[in-house]
Amino acid sequence: MFDIVGKRLWYIVISGVVILAGIVSLATFGLKLGIEFESGSMMTVSFEEDVTEEALKNELASLDYGNAIVQSFEEEGSYLIRLPELSNEAKDDLVDGLAAGLGDIKESSFDKNVSPMVAAETGRNTFWAVFVAAIGILLYVTWAFHRMPNPFRYGTCAIIALVHDALVALGTFSLLGGLLGWEIDLMFVTGVLAVVGYSVNDTVVIFDRIRENLTRYTRADFRTVVNNSLVETLSRSMNTSLTTLFVVLALQLFVGESIQNFAVVLIIGVITGTYSSLCVAPQLLVAWEKGELARFFRWLPRRGGRQ
Amino acid sequence: MPRRNTQIFILVLIVFILAGLVVLPFDDGIWLRRGIRLGLDLQGGTHIVYQVDLSSVEPGQEASTVAGVMGVLDNRINPMGVTEPVIQKRGGDRITVELPGRDISDKEKERLSRVVMLEFGELASENETARWENERGRWKPATAIINGEEKALTSQYFEENTYVRQGEMGGVELIFEWDKEGSELSEEITGRLIGQPMAIFEGDEALRGEEGQPYAPVVQSTIVDVGQITGLSFDDATSLSQQLNAGRLPAPLTIIDDEIISPILGEKFVEMSLQAGLIGIILVMLFMIIYYRLSGLLASLALVFYGLLVMALFKLIPVTLTLAGIGGFVLSIGMAVDANILIFERVKEELRAGRTLGAAIEAGFNRAWAAIRDSNVTTFIICGILYWLGSSIVASAPVKGFALTFFIGVAISMFTAIIVTRTLLRLFVGTSLAQRTWLFSPRLGRK
Repeated sequence: MFDIVGKRLWYIVISGVVILAGIVSLATFGLKLGIEFESGSMMTVSFEEDVTEEALKNELASLDYGNAIVQSFEEEGSYLIRLPELSNEAKDDLVDGLAAGLGDIKESSFDKNVSPMVAAETGRNTFWAVFVAAIGILLYVTWAFHRMPNPFRYGTCAIIALVHDALVALGTFSLLGGLLGWEIDLMFVTGVLAVVGYSVNDTVVIFDRIRENLTRYTRADFRTVVNNSLVETLSRSMNTSLTTLFVVLALQLFVGESIQNFAVVLIIGVITGTYSSLCVAPQLLVAWEKGELARFFRWLPRRGGRQ
Repeated sequence: MPRRNTQIFILVLIVFILAGLVVLPFDDGIWLRRGIRLGLDLQGGTHIVYQVDLSSVEPGQEASTVAGVMGVLDNRINPMGVTEPVIQKRGGDRITVELPGRDISDKEKERLSRVVMLEFGELASENETARWENERGRWKPATAIINGEEKALTSQYFEENTYVRQGEMGGVELIFEWDKEGSELSEEITGRLIGQPMAIFEGDEALRGEEGQPYAPVVQSTIVDVGQITGLSFDDATSLSQQLNAGRLPAPLTIIDDEIISPILGEKFVEMSLQAGLIGIILVMLFMIIYYRLSGLLASLALVFYGLLVMALFKLIPVTLTLAGIGGFVLSIGMAVDANILIFERVKEELRAGRTLGAAIEAGFNRAWAAIRDSNVTTFIICGILYWLGSSIVASAPVKGFALTFFIGVAISMFTAIIVTRTLLRLFVGTSLAQRTWLFSPRLGRK
């Protein structure tokens, strides 16, 4: 029989380090907002010759505007391009560049300052929505485990796992933004919502097994019951994350760049979600039961005082 | 038990066929002549550019006026049942509106840009100048003096809670309520005009009833708080009421560009993600069959059933699919098999404990139920809160879209993973196939 619970300190330390790194990255780099969330410029162009949407996108990418959003009008060869805010010179250069690469431009119009496509509040609103949802989860899980001693702990640990997973996703994207220039978009927002949904679901299944085993083996030690529950549900945890990963990987491989943010957030989320439901939520439960959390919090100020 | 199971099986089969008739083909439907609705990001739509007329706006107020116009446009688009429109300010005095769908009628576009300011008029005497003239007479704005200031009675004093109802005589009534200042004005004016007609104008035109006659009822009694406009056609009354509630446009708009535009995510996105989704589902099925053998095969059948039912619901409700919605759907596919995995793992445990196959299946389903229930209820809570917040307090369309499809997906998967899989499995218990335990778990077979 594996002893998963025995190494609980290690898991919590690993999670702590990863999250701390994420928070440091968020504090230094922040999140790089995509073109949808920020005001920018808008350009309509129509070419003398037929130009495909793909050719235009490639040309924009080669002119360093790979993040531009291109839409075509029904009229052949005429396009709407959403760009980061451009100065008049940059705009002239862009028009010249497009003309050089794709042939003469029949008509073009330019608006220097265009408000964001998606209201800037969307990100903040999503945060609040998730926050309220987390409170709902806390209440429900506490209620669902009300026959257990200390039901509130189950709810709290489930929420910690949820926040853990969301923070890892945010931290990773902040790092990717700072180092590789990845921008967050609506795909990212959707992905974070999905991670939250996945995380809680996974944790609750494991808690449920703990509940069942606690009522069945009333004499066993809490630590042993939690460990056995984790071992018993291990193949289910792995299989469920595998099946979810299959779908997400298929999306990443066959749809490609346009869905990349969503796929990457979910891949990170499925991995951390599985990890947190095995190695964070139940381990915190054991640490709490054994009084280790209380000892840890007493230890903290003493450490702080000595420095 | 077996007879009841057969009945359930037949029922499941009927639902399956009905769902198939609704869904196939994707862009049309044998039954409902309706394809799956797609949002602006997936399907493209109508791109309208409005010019805001700022000529009568005080200098310095331009930016806030345009922002006000955008807010009103947003309010007006909402009741059209349109998902995730894009409204952008373009330069100083233009607004771009993108709406999903190609079939937005000219009438709807006009309604969006209507100022919606109703002015009440009374008959002008011969020596007075008339503001309006029509077959019912010459009219001037109905005014009264409040606190020493002469004010005209207009819809700017309406509370934003107008509604339309079918009156006792069968006519359509638009009910409105005056705010405090409006009540005083109305009391003054209607008290003065008892026995005389009053008309309502929008811009230069009189409001007209169902038969096209100008609206000019005779005032019967003093109107203080609540008034009504009768005789409009139901359609006109409803759109007028919605627009009154959405607020008055602070400046007039004219359409300067109106075109059909391609989806934000590119033409091939839907096709590619459908293909990717299909490949993903096939991978999941292969995994389930290899790992869980016969049960896995049955779970895969249930998964096909799941996909079909979800699509059918998307068409029936109808759900407008956007990127966020697809996100919810994809995640729910991954989780759809979760219930089955939970059950099958449970069945294996019971088989290892030495139960017969039939007993193990029943025990597996019963024991796994609590976990399935609790994990799915938490998912429903998340969806419920996200949907509610996404449509009201912290309005955010992607949050709402995600919550809706995720909810549908998880709800249907509960049905297919439990009822459908169990019914199929029970059909096999009692046949000679059930003797071969390797069909259910490779390791057990080898023992």
